[in-house]
Amino acid sequence: MNMHISAGEFTARSLSIIASLKHLEGPMLPILHAIQAEFGYVPDEVKQVIATELNLSRAEVHGVVTFYHEFRDHTAGRHVLKLCRAEACQSMGSDHIADRARQVLGIDFHETTLDGAVTLEPVYCLGLCACAPAAMMDGELYGRVDEQCLGDMVREARR
Amino acid sequence: MSLVHEIDYGTPASKSTETVTLTIDGRQITVPAGTSIMRASMEAGIQVPKLCATDMVDAFGSCRLCLIEVEGRNGTPASCTTPVAPGIVVHTQTERLKQIRKGVMELYISDHPLDCLTCAANGDCELQDMAGAVGLRDVRYGYEGDNHVRARSDGAINAKWMPKDESNPYFTYDPSKCIVCSRCVRACEEVQGTFALTIEGRGFESRVSPGAHEHFLDSECVSCGACVQACPTATLTEKSVIAIGQPEHSTVTTCAYCGVGCSFKAEMRGEELVRMVPWKDGQANRGHSCVKGRFAYGYASHKDRILNPMIREKISDPWREVTWEEAFGHVASEFRRIQYQYGRESIGGITSSRCTNEETFLVQKLIRAGFGNNNVDTCARVCHSPTGYGLGQAFGTSAGTQNFDSVEHTDVVIIIGANPTDGHPVFGSRLKKRLRQGAKLIVIDPRRTDIVRSAHVEAAFHLPLKPGTNVAVMTALAHVIVTEGLFAEAFIRERCDWSEFEDWAAFVSEDAHSPEATETYTGVPADLLRGAARLFATGGNGSIYYGLGVTEHSQGSTTVMAIANLAMVTGNLGRPGVGVNPLRGQNNVQGACDMGSFPHELPGYRHISDDATRETFEKLWGVTLNNEPGLRIPNMLDAAVEGTFRGIYIQGEDILQSDPDTKHVSAGLEAMECVVVHDLFLNETANYAHVFLPGSTFLEKDGTFTNAERRINRVRKVMSPKNGLADWEVTQKLAQAMGLPWNYTHPSQVMDEIAATTPSFAKVSYNYLERMGSVQWPCNEAHPLGSPIMHVDGFVRGKGKFIRTEYVATDERTGPRFPLLLTTGRILSQYNVGAQTRRTDNVVWHAEDRLEIHPHDAEQRGIKDGDWIKLASRAGDTTLRTLITDRVAPGVVYTTFHHPDTQANVITTDYSDWATNCPEYKVTAVQVSPSNGPTEWQQDYGDLSRRSRRIAGRMEAAE
Repeated sequence: MNMHISAGEFTARSLSIIASLKHLEGPMLPILHAIQAEFGYVPDEVKQVIATELNLSRAEVHGVVTFYHEFRDHTAGRHVLKLCRAEACQSMGSDHIADRARQVLGIDFHETTLDGAVTLEPVYCLGLCACAPAAMMDGELYGRVDEQCLGDMVREARR
Repeated sequence: MSLVHEIDYGTPASKSTETVTLTIDGRQITVPAGTSIMRASMEAGIQVPKLCATDMVDAFGSCRLCLIEVEGRNGTPASCTTPVAPGIVVHTQTERLKQIRKGVMELYISDHPLDCLTCAANGDCELQDMAGAVGLRDVRYGYEGDNHVRARSDGAINAKWMPKDESNPYFTYDPSKCIVCSRCVRACEEVQGTFALTIEGRGFESRVSPGAHEHFLDSECVSCGACVQACPTATLTEKSVIAIGQPEHSTVTTCAYCGVGCSFKAEMRGEELVRMVPWKDGQANRGHSCVKGRFAYGYASHKDRILNPMIREKISDPWREVTWEEAFGHVASEFRRIQYQYGRESIGGITSSRCTNEETFLVQKLIRAGFGNNNVDTCARVCHSPTGYGLGQAFGTSAGTQNFDSVEHTDVVIIIGANPTDGHPVFGSRLKKRLRQGAKLIVIDPRRTDIVRSAHVEAAFHLPLKPGTNVAVMTALAHVIVTEGLFAEAFIRERCDWSEFEDWAAFVSEDAHSPEATETYTGVPADLLRGAARLFATGGNGSIYYGLGVTEHSQGSTTVMAIANLAMVTGNLGRPGVGVNPLRGQNNVQGACDMGSFPHELPGYRHISDDATRETFEKLWGVTLNNEPGLRIPNMLDAAVEGTFRGIYIQGEDILQSDPDTKHVSAGLEAMECVVVHDLFLNETANYAHVFLPGSTFLEKDGTFTNAERRINRVRKVMSPKNGLADWEVTQKLAQAMGLPWNYTHPSQVMDEIAATTPSFAKVSYNYLERMGSVQWPCNEAHPLGSPIMHVDGFVRGKGKFIRTEYVATDERTGPRFPLLLTTGRILSQYNVGAQTRRTDNVVWHAEDRLEIHPHDAEQRGIKDGDWIKLASRAGDTTLRTLITDRVAPGVVYTTFHHPDTQANVITTDYSDWATNCPEYKVTAVQVSPSNGPTEWQQDYGDLSRRSRRIAGRMEAAE
């Protein structure tokens, strides 16, 4: 994911993604998800391409991209660990899990480990309150996360 | 004097005709259904505290300050988003509401700097007002912790703080003062329609962002000022307010740029202009503005402005400053000498579309009554003279048929030869608003202009015709409508001459006029054209807006007639939402035409040979008027070269730069013995002048402008003329020096004279305008309130006239030597020849004229973006830099004409409209080739300009 991509290539690849999703009702979010899946983040250069294709302004696309924390403005590590920080999980000790994660990984939220293996992110409710505290690793949900479970996840990620 | 106070009702007015009665704070109030409770309260004089609501944009409901209680309903709804309902009882001030508001306000202030005393908005800050209104006394949260206010907190850099953005030359953006009410974002979207602003991030991170977190200048912002006007704090503030302070009085006046005629409040401190703010009651602009009217008034105090009259014997001499008396005496004696020597017809004058109706009237009066001839013409010659002629023939009046409000009712719009988002931006914004509501758009233009496709606006059809083929395309549209039976038979039978229609219908139905036949030379695909014709004929209210891309052709008048035909054949006249709408270029070009500026017409478009009309004026003026039309501008120049025309008085027009075939103009001027230029600046024409009379700006005089919708708007003096005399006084003193017994003490007396002599202005007077705000002519006994829509029950001329419009290709053709077609136009930030806008900070957007060329044509010639190229035509050549873009089709190049060093009119030919001599600016066959620098003509001309701007006793201006 850290390979250099030229601006022209961003445009070309984005255009084909946009073309395949443009017909949807409210196509902006599906397009942004697909762009992020393609590049690992939403490059600045792509905002104008989306704007032109959907006949919006650059500002509008920027507004949507920045509204959702899900969309990144730079690449993440190979794995993304999201810890729920919302009320239910907090009441079940997610603060402790968060501290532990920071300690184990040696990074704070929104940061990536030096070996590029893991990016740690907070998330506000994964809809898994019944199994709090909850986490998500690369899109997969984990419930009742404890130190052991956290350690396994990190180890797996660093392999 | 005090500030003109405008009430902010919080939400836009409801257009409903049903009414609802409710009780607010014990008072019974009746308002249209759909009105917000906030607006209903304000109409009753009850102000509900608010921050995110303003009546220029729709309700948003984010600030939580305008909460109210409704008896029998739960909670505390926002009054801006809650509509009125019959019989409800509303309380705007209860203990509960007071507590909530105070709490909300406390949160706002906890993240806002407390520098009110030194803040630019001090005295004009809604946040300050609301803090006062809710009685905030204390902020319990303190100012430590997360904030956007301080650059550093606890010794560390505060990442949430953002520095002030001062990139825009006219206003600043200070994020630390922002309360994120979204008013600017919504104004940019709803009012201006550019969508350049957004709120980035969410929650406490939310900030206003121009473009994608860019500086204002780099973003999509067009600097219209709508956001600055909407901002309730000092976040977006005019730099002039920061520099000067708050204004103490204001006067409503009319913008002196384009033909939209926006009403502004000139906000003053003493005689110093602090800012121009669009006036919500202005019936042309409805509270909106563009970068020119809102901000570009700096030319009025630019150092280049000449404030003393000047004389020189020969144009090679330096200028000599003289007194007004000497200047008037000199002009009078020179003009009399020339007339004595070469005959009465040897002098003439040009009126200005930039000056007021009154001033224009006086100049033509000076020429007809003082010079004793009809050698008067005006700059409309080079722009909309075909409109006057064409619409006069078809309908009987030489003007547009609608008001600008009409666009709110239109369903299908044809724009031909106009670029409203650049040339008429405030109208452009109103049109875009309607398009976003679902109206359909057909654009007929060689270029892909912004209105064809920009954020949230997309034309249903863009017909990219070859320059010069307007008539063929319009006739082909009519062909489709007639042959497919889509014409409005009932309308035509009732309103038009049926036999003329039958004749015309037979003409357009000929196969030669079918889209398939015309496609070969118009370049417009037949299926597109058929689609556009069907849409226009069947899509509901159809309106046509056009500009100089229609008139400035050898068949300009024919195209105007074809437009009139199209409106009549589809029955689109005489009601709101339809009509034929010329977008006039200059603030008072309509007025200048109305005021008898043409050599063959007296005020009110009455022919000079009409004895009754002449008699009216002869009786009043005590002279005998010549009944023969005089010379048009090109004829004056021809006569000058021949030696029979020797003196000219040119008020507020730069014919050297604006008229076609610059070399012909300069030869004509050079041949004259007394050229009098009356202008703000030593313009290009003044290079050939013998007398220079300094002019006054629109801020320095009283008068009226008539805009494109025939609206007579007042211009009010807000400062004394820096040159000592308003333009009407200069003309009057010149007339007096020539022995005319004029004695006007105020322009209102001139308007009274116009009203007394001109039937369509009969009821117009300054008192009446004061009462009505503005009126649209005709305004007389038959139409005492003026005429927003014309031809309502029938055409002015009786029956609408269908005229055959045969396409005749222009003589200006491409060939092996000149294979490309050049067309010209304008850009948003600059105005015409740029004499004014070049002397403002607007140059940051457009510092030079560029040649737009298609990538294909550029590649063939080995030209890259930004290269210097030579642009040559049969008439001359010039150099400029390129801009490679696919906005223009292959084979077509485009440039603007705002800068005198480019002199695009060196290139244009002297072909002109067959009926009115309006020059064919829009079609010139050219060749483009790489170049190293300025052409010989540009160098010679540069030298001449420098030489002829020397003023004795002054250092040469270091430019």
